[in-house]
Amino acid sequence: MPKVIVDGREIEVENGATLIQACELAGAEIPRFCYHERLSIAGNCRMCLVEVKGAPKPQASCAMSVNDLRPGPNGEPPEILTNSAIVKKAREGVMEFLLINHPLDCPICDQGGECDLQDQAMAYGIDKNRFAENKRAVEDKYIGPLVKTVMTRCIQCTRCVRFSTEVGGVQELGLIGRGEDVEITTYLEHAMESELQGNVIDLCPVGALTSAPYEFKARPWELTKTETIDAMDAVGSNIRVDVRGREVMRIMPRLNEDVNEEWISDKSRFIWDGLRSQRLDKPYLRVKGKLQPVSWQAAFSAIADKVRAAGADKSAALIGEMAAVEETFALKALMQAHGVKHIDCREAGSPLGERGGRAGLLFNATIAGIEQADAILIIGSNPRIEASVLNTRIRKQWLATDLPIGVIGEEANLTYDYKYLGAGPDSLSKLAEGKDRFASVLKKANRPLIIIGQGAIARTDGKAVLSTAADIAVKSDAVSDEWNGFSVLHTGAGRTGALEVFALPSDDGGKNTSQILKGAKSGEIEVVYLLHADEIDMKALGDAFVIYQGSHGDAGAHRADVVLPGAAYTEKSATWVNTEGRPQVARRAGFPPGDAREDWTIIRALSEVLDTTLEFNTVEELRARVYEAVPHLARIDQITPADPADLADLAQAGGKLGAAAFTSPVKDFHLTNPIARASAVMAECSALRAGRKRQAAE
Amino acid sequence: MLHDRDRIFTNLYGLHDIGLKGAVRRGAWDGTKKMLEFGREGIINEVKASGLRGRGGAGFPTGLKWSFMPKQIGERPHYLVVNADESEPGTCKDREIMRHDPHLLIEGCLVSGFAMGAHTAFIYVRGEFIRERDVLERAVEEAYEAKLIGKNNKHGWDFDVVVHHGAGAYICGEETAMLESLEGKKGQPRMKPPFPAGVGLYGAPTTINNVESIAVAPTILRRGAAWFANLGLENNTGTKLFCISGHVDRPCNVEEEMGIPFRELIERHCGGIRGGWDNLKAVIPGGSSVRCVPANQIIDCPMCFDSLTKLKSGLGTAAVIVMDKSTDIIKAIARLAYFYKHESCGQCTPCREGTGWMWRVLTRMVEGRAEKREIDMLLDVSYQIEGHTICALGDAAAWPVQGLITHFRHEIEARIDEFSANPDPDGAITERAAMAAAE
Repeated sequence: MPKVIVDGREIEVENGATLIQACELAGAEIPRFCYHERLSIAGNCRMCLVEVKGAPKPQASCAMSVNDLRPGPNGEPPEILTNSAIVKKAREGVMEFLLINHPLDCPICDQGGECDLQDQAMAYGIDKNRFAENKRAVEDKYIGPLVKTVMTRCIQCTRCVRFSTEVGGVQELGLIGRGEDVEITTYLEHAMESELQGNVIDLCPVGALTSAPYEFKARPWELTKTETIDAMDAVGSNIRVDVRGREVMRIMPRLNEDVNEEWISDKSRFIWDGLRSQRLDKPYLRVKGKLQPVSWQAAFSAIADKVRAAGADKSAALIGEMAAVEETFALKALMQAHGVKHIDCREAGSPLGERGGRAGLLFNATIAGIEQADAILIIGSNPRIEASVLNTRIRKQWLATDLPIGVIGEEANLTYDYKYLGAGPDSLSKLAEGKDRFASVLKKANRPLIIIGQGAIARTDGKAVLSTAADIAVKSDAVSDEWNGFSVLHTGAGRTGALEVFALPSDDGGKNTSQILKGAKSGEIEVVYLLHADEIDMKALGDAFVIYQGSHGDAGAHRADVVLPGAAYTEKSATWVNTEGRPQVARRAGFPPGDAREDWTIIRALSEVLDTTLEFNTVEELRARVYEAVPHLARIDQITPADPADLADLAQAGGKLGAAAFTSPVKDFHLTNPIARASAVMAECSALRAGRKRQAAE
Repeated sequence: MLHDRDRIFTNLYGLHDIGLKGAVRRGAWDGTKKMLEFGREGIINEVKASGLRGRGGAGFPTGLKWSFMPKQIGERPHYLVVNADESEPGTCKDREIMRHDPHLLIEGCLVSGFAMGAHTAFIYVRGEFIRERDVLERAVEEAYEAKLIGKNNKHGWDFDVVVHHGAGAYICGEETAMLESLEGKKGQPRMKPPFPAGVGLYGAPTTINNVESIAVAPTILRRGAAWFANLGLENNTGTKLFCISGHVDRPCNVEEEMGIPFRELIERHCGGIRGGWDNLKAVIPGGSSVRCVPANQIIDCPMCFDSLTKLKSGLGTAAVIVMDKSTDIIKAIARLAYFYKHESCGQCTPCREGTGWMWRVLTRMVEGRAEKREIDMLLDVSYQIEGHTICALGDAAAWPVQGLITHFRHEIEARIDEFSANPDPDGAITERAAMAAAE
């Protein structure tokens, strides 16, 4: 490993490290604008210049490798100076150049207070202005409803261009023109079509790209920041929710190398306006066909009457994807206390959790593990819209290596090239029988990754498809103690957690989702408890008495006979288990509106009315019970690997494959859950994408 | 004074047949096969011994540059890229080579390509050179037809020559920007290291040479390194094409020995300075991007790399721009500043922002509409650009300004004094004020 001396401190760095990395390792701070660890190196801002002893001019530390440095005359390690007069002069010079054409509009700039240019001008700039000419002005560009542009502020660092091209996989942003006239723009000023475009807001070191919905809403120092977990998809992105008063003002990503690196999808980022509208803030009871606001007591006693009348065998519970582990566990405990057997958390009706143990329902390869895969098979999934952040990992690995990818299902643009193997079960069985050439690709690979989407298994032949997929995994040696490439990609944030706490029909005659719906229609089931469940066909519930507990007035609340107002994901301390099986604890960023309560407390209160008081009074007590039942959930932020041996059993299950093509369960990326459907921003994005609205510049 | 027998470009003025026949009659393609028999090392050593320094401006030893190419051809092929994007203001030597002696260039491509293990040469021709490209393409066709190059050619080294047409951007003459442009991307310089000899065109080892450097190579090998090394001065050997423009009686392109004194160059080939030697004000000796040199320093200076570097200027492309005392040198440099502002690629900060700043300040200084303290500020800005950019365009933009301020500060100051003494010389401002008052 090469040695370098940074400001007189000798350190050893990894081969191929850049000077900026070496300097940081040595504790020297290097200012930068264009450099970003996760993007390619542009070296164009020139802010990171350092002095290399012996070099005739200062060097851009972001672009130069320590291996390119020459040792001193007597073989001593090369020396880097980060605080010399030359460096100071160079930084002041670059800073001055950046500022001469930058508008002095900090007081009205949304970046104010968290602006790299402001901070670095304070630290490395000079305090006087020598530029007496007119400043350059650049026309603002329309690049969609999410990202607001003030292009005069742009310092042409090209981070946004590199992000969208490299990480986002869409060549939409570019730098056009030459010299002073260079401008960042989209092609013909189209709205960007990336699910990750919001990240350019974080990447932009100045106020050129800012959040459009957050425009002029708040200043960073007014906000209370809560570090929590996203619930828009099953990735479990780490986020920070910024709240002023009781309103969520914005959502930003947090760094977690194992999960979301530092990206989040647009849905995660811009959902917050949906947290304000369509909220259920009071209990409601349907009286003469109309929902009337009532007291908690009235709502509870209405439920108690119905449940007692119907009896355990005619009651059922469905748990939706927006329910966290705590309330799911509480509801299951309540149902068990009443002897209710019909409980299911698989709204879409997949066979997950029935065979194959935990290994049969988790993304066993882990998200970070994608970067070790050397062949990928995607079955019935469109990861780009089902788990956008996870998709960037696949793209990253595809860019870094010669990664063969095969897709069975929808032939969508996934931002990487793949071999299209077919649309449905036919192609899958062909592959399982080794009749497709891709079978040998998987077989040859050391770490093949098989991604099974909900689109492939949430169907009547789901069992057979899941078993065939497991069969392929076993046959191509994707399953071993070192590497388990069998990976189920979930779409709902709460699904894995609910499966982990076995919110499933009981073995002795419990009904699953479709049987519950059928029963409700035929009158066999008289009471259905919907816990954050909005993604089922409400018409199928027939004349059953429906209790809906959730946060938004969406499909479930419209159908319900009793509405219990719960909390949205930012308003409760809750455990979410992501698709990898990683339990993460979300913190409460604000309080639910009105009479709404954290979900587990509602169930706890209801249990008292039903005379089956649950034995926990605090969330800690509840969690203790959860951990007692499922010990590995106590290992917060860590994955407890599933036993790969179970997959052999799953592969044996077999079954008859259907004929219909696999389709992604996510029809509209922007409108997958009640919060998203309440959001005006998401609605606009959805409309834009559907082509109903043409806003491209005239 | 160069004898006719020592000229390399014997058809510089296009007086003879530019086709293959004519070129062969003048000695091109003669004994090319024998040259290749020297082997890669042999050719490189011969070019090293000749002392040939790159003719594109920086004067880097050509043989040494070729020797940086990997000895063995690895996974990726080697490439030769010939820089025919001659856009430096004042320079017009490569143009004449392509117009009138294209076969020397093509033969040079083959020989130097062989020396670096390349089977393909790309000639990147400046966008504005339409006729030159036609001639060059015709000559390449002739060479293919005569089996001088191409697959299974007479010389036993498969070799393709691709003539690529640029789109007219000065920056594409920077070697790594040229590679980007050849690859179909926007012409923006790359960062070095890695150097092109390691990672160049399409990531393959690549050498980029100026047209003149390549075109003289076959003749050097034909006549021997000693012949070439004997011409010129030590460390500045051989012949060089000078492009003399500006206030001389007969501006011209001429091949001369390196190190010919300025006075002799002008007297012999250009008929002297317009209005006599006393009328000489300043000379930009190496194309627009070197510092100008005032008359008294340049008159007896040998025109070679080292002597001009001592004057803090440079031989550059040997595009000698002569300015007599009628020249408004501030305006002249302001025009150059505009050129660099216009041609900056906009990639890195100091050049993008600094070139425009310098041009604007200079434009005011042309009128005298400036403060004297701004002269030092301008100089400081130019130092802030120099050496802080990705490519050399930043330096090239800074040097003319530095030359102006170093040598002609008094003129700028006088202009400022003149303006402040009478800020409204033609009375326009007073008139406008009077009209406004009347309304």
